[in-house]
Amino acid sequence: MTTLAGRLVRYRWWLVVIIGITAFTLFTGDFRLDPTTAILAATLRHSTPLVLGAMCGILSERSGVVNIGIEGQMLMSAFAGFMVASGSQSLLMGVAAGITVGALMGAALAGLSVTLKGDQIIAGTVLNIAAIGLTSFFFTQGRSLPGKTPIIRLGPLADLPVIGKVFFINPPITYVSLLLVVALWYALFRTTWGLHTRAVGEHPSAAETVGISVVRMRYLNLILGGAIAGLAGAYLSLEAVGSFERGMTNGKGFVALAVMIFGRWNPVGAWGAALLFGYTNAIQTQFQFRGWFTDHPQFVGMLPFIVTIIVLAGFVGRARPPASLGQPYDRE
Amino acid sequence: MTAVQAPLALEAIGVTKRFGSITANEDVDLQVEAGTVHALLGENGAGKSTLVNILFGLYHADEGEIRVAGKPVRMDSPRDAIAHRIGMVHQHFQLVPVLTVAENVVLGQEPTRGLGVLDLDAAAAEVTRLAERYGLDVDPRAVLEDLPVGTQQRVEILRSLYRQADVLILDEPTAVLTPQETDQLLGVLRGLAAEGVAVVFITHKLREVLAIADRVTVMRHGRVVGSTDPAETDEAGLAEMMVGRSVVLRVPKSAARPGDPVLSIDGLCVQDDRGRPAVDDLDLEVRSGEIFGIAGVEGNGQRELVEAITGLRDVLDGSIRVNGTELAGHRPREISELGVAHVPEDREKHGLIAAHSIADNLVLNRYHRPPFARRGVRQPAAIDDEARHLVERFDIRTASIDAPARSLSGGNKQKVIAAREFSHGAPLLVAAQPTRGIDVGSIEFVHRQLIEQRDRGVGVLLVSAELDEILSLSDRIGVIYRGRLVIVADAADLDRAHIGRLMLSGSDQPA
Repeated sequence: MTTLAGRLVRYRWWLVVIIGITAFTLFTGDFRLDPTTAILAATLRHSTPLVLGAMCGILSERSGVVNIGIEGQMLMSAFAGFMVASGSQSLLMGVAAGITVGALMGAALAGLSVTLKGDQIIAGTVLNIAAIGLTSFFFTQGRSLPGKTPIIRLGPLADLPVIGKVFFINPPITYVSLLLVVALWYALFRTTWGLHTRAVGEHPSAAETVGISVVRMRYLNLILGGAIAGLAGAYLSLEAVGSFERGMTNGKGFVALAVMIFGRWNPVGAWGAALLFGYTNAIQTQFQFRGWFTDHPQFVGMLPFIVTIIVLAGFVGRARPPASLGQPYDRE
Repeated sequence: MTAVQAPLALEAIGVTKRFGSITANEDVDLQVEAGTVHALLGENGAGKSTLVNILFGLYHADEGEIRVAGKPVRMDSPRDAIAHRIGMVHQHFQLVPVLTVAENVVLGQEPTRGLGVLDLDAAAAEVTRLAERYGLDVDPRAVLEDLPVGTQQRVEILRSLYRQADVLILDEPTAVLTPQETDQLLGVLRGLAAEGVAVVFITHKLREVLAIADRVTVMRHGRVVGSTDPAETDEAGLAEMMVGRSVVLRVPKSAARPGDPVLSIDGLCVQDDRGRPAVDDLDLEVRSGEIFGIAGVEGNGQRELVEAITGLRDVLDGSIRVNGTELAGHRPREISELGVAHVPEDREKHGLIAAHSIADNLVLNRYHRPPFARRGVRQPAAIDDEARHLVERFDIRTASIDAPARSLSGGNKQKVIAAREFSHGAPLLVAAQPTRGIDVGSIEFVHRQLIEQRDRGVGVLLVSAELDEILSLSDRIGVIYRGRLVIVADAADLDRAHIGRLMLSGSDQPA
């Protein structure tokens, strides 16, 4: 069924969801331009760490390694970024430190799960626990940043109605994350590196027999993924909040895993999924402005997690993960 | 033969490989000439796969030398083997199911538009060119997992040809093929040899060796026992070399004396794991005292049929009756107790508890009942008595009945299952792939047991991918195609080619 009517029938539930969300957004935005734009801008803002975390997960899992340590990688990088930026008073140094620490965490995960062939779930848990312990222990109050990463207006694009304010007036890591979505999609599905990555995740011994090194590909992907999770951490402390707090990732690394699955291990799909989760966060703020549910704010706060449960329960069955996910590779 | 000696394409000299205390290859020599088909013959566990894995760089030889085109080479990884223009078609395909044919063929040596950007159009064109040149018809843009097994195997061959292999090693290539696909493959291999490729072809099927090999090397217990020209020998001679004693290739059996129906299946519908119809309105009747063989290409509903009969899978519609009692809706244990013995297809997964002792495995279908348990307490003395008795009666080779089942060889594992399932007087025996992956000696034993059960009046439902097994054991044969029996006839009225056509297309017309 390739006719328009056929497509409409096939994607009817998506249409219902899109129309529903649009109507709800307009309603919460009081059918006025500014609050509605604000909701959309907040959606993108909240989705940025999620899509970055999900891309870390995609790189890991497409190469066959489960990464539940994204939370820890993000937290550690948020901390490192904050400490370096406050010490050097350079945000750029801070972001670089966040990326480096994330990459190192990725290398640590690779060491545990690829070289030592440990259980990948336990390896990821080690990262999470280590990150909570180390950041809490070494964090000292009273440090401050030279500010947050600056908002950049992209010339005339920023003057477009609605879209301009949502997409073209943003701080740098947000732009980078959007570029990464496209770049990673292209790399994964249109380059030899991507083909090798997918082959290694689906059937490692097949990849090995045609001369692709499984160990090398998995290290490369985990380190790259770690760097992207590091960027997500730097986003949190240096771009979103402008400070570090204990446990500031607050489950975003785990929500990123849900985003990855909902997006079917595809960067573009993950971006869409991240927007949905970001949206549930964005309307919370709007609820507060409008004074809705103020007696029981905890119910509104539960929204992202309820969406996570619905998404995982409803879609995991249909999504197909890489076939060799979670299995350490052994040649002989 | 011309006066000039043909150069040796591939040579192994004194190769030895040990895994712990087991010597898999000992002082093995192999000489393969260019432009010939060289069969490597031996039982399971004779060391053939170990040898070719060494030749392909997957394992390292502890001792010995490998020469390619006369020069000694180091093989540290498949990458080295590929560099020396050796290609391999693996028993378990080394292909990525979710990628396309073209992606699988070029994987690792992709054509690019520069900067690592894939050129999949060039890849598809190259695959088409190779496919036409060597007569291996395949659609380069098809997704691999949608293709039948025989076509997937062609993709593996194409992948080696894409890498310009001078030597092509095939590990048990016909194990997964129908007779027609096998004939096609053998034709392709002859064609490759005519183009100058050295083909090394592992098998334990004597007929294939005699059909196409220019030379055969026979292995037993990790050693080469001889190398010969197939024209100078016959099936019996090769079998004796392979096993070390004369073997009965075809177990003698008397005419069946079938009685009343034991198993009656009417209008059975069963779904596969993905919820698609696997068994579709199937009727079947097995009488006491006969072996009913089901032939078919794997994946046509055999597994789901067996699982439905034994209670491992839900029955969607229809009925399964054993001596008049409906089985549908009963649990596996109830069905076992109603008199259905089951030799499962995957003995490691469904036939045994690998970590438990041989004794426990021998009473796995009765452990909860007297005399093996009383009031919920196990009776080890009774279990051990029974186990010792069965070990002796079924000639299970083990040092101790307390050893874990996983310590047994494949053939002995199958004997444990046979001992357990055949010894308690069940009127129906369902045997799925009962000789898969076991040695010739154990195959002979299992075949004798199946016939002995039949002669005692048991109804035997035999499901096997080995057409030879179906043909030599069955009294009646049904061919399953897309979840239905497309023919049911006396074994004497069907020949190999006819069954093969039905397996492949479900109809009598040539495919």
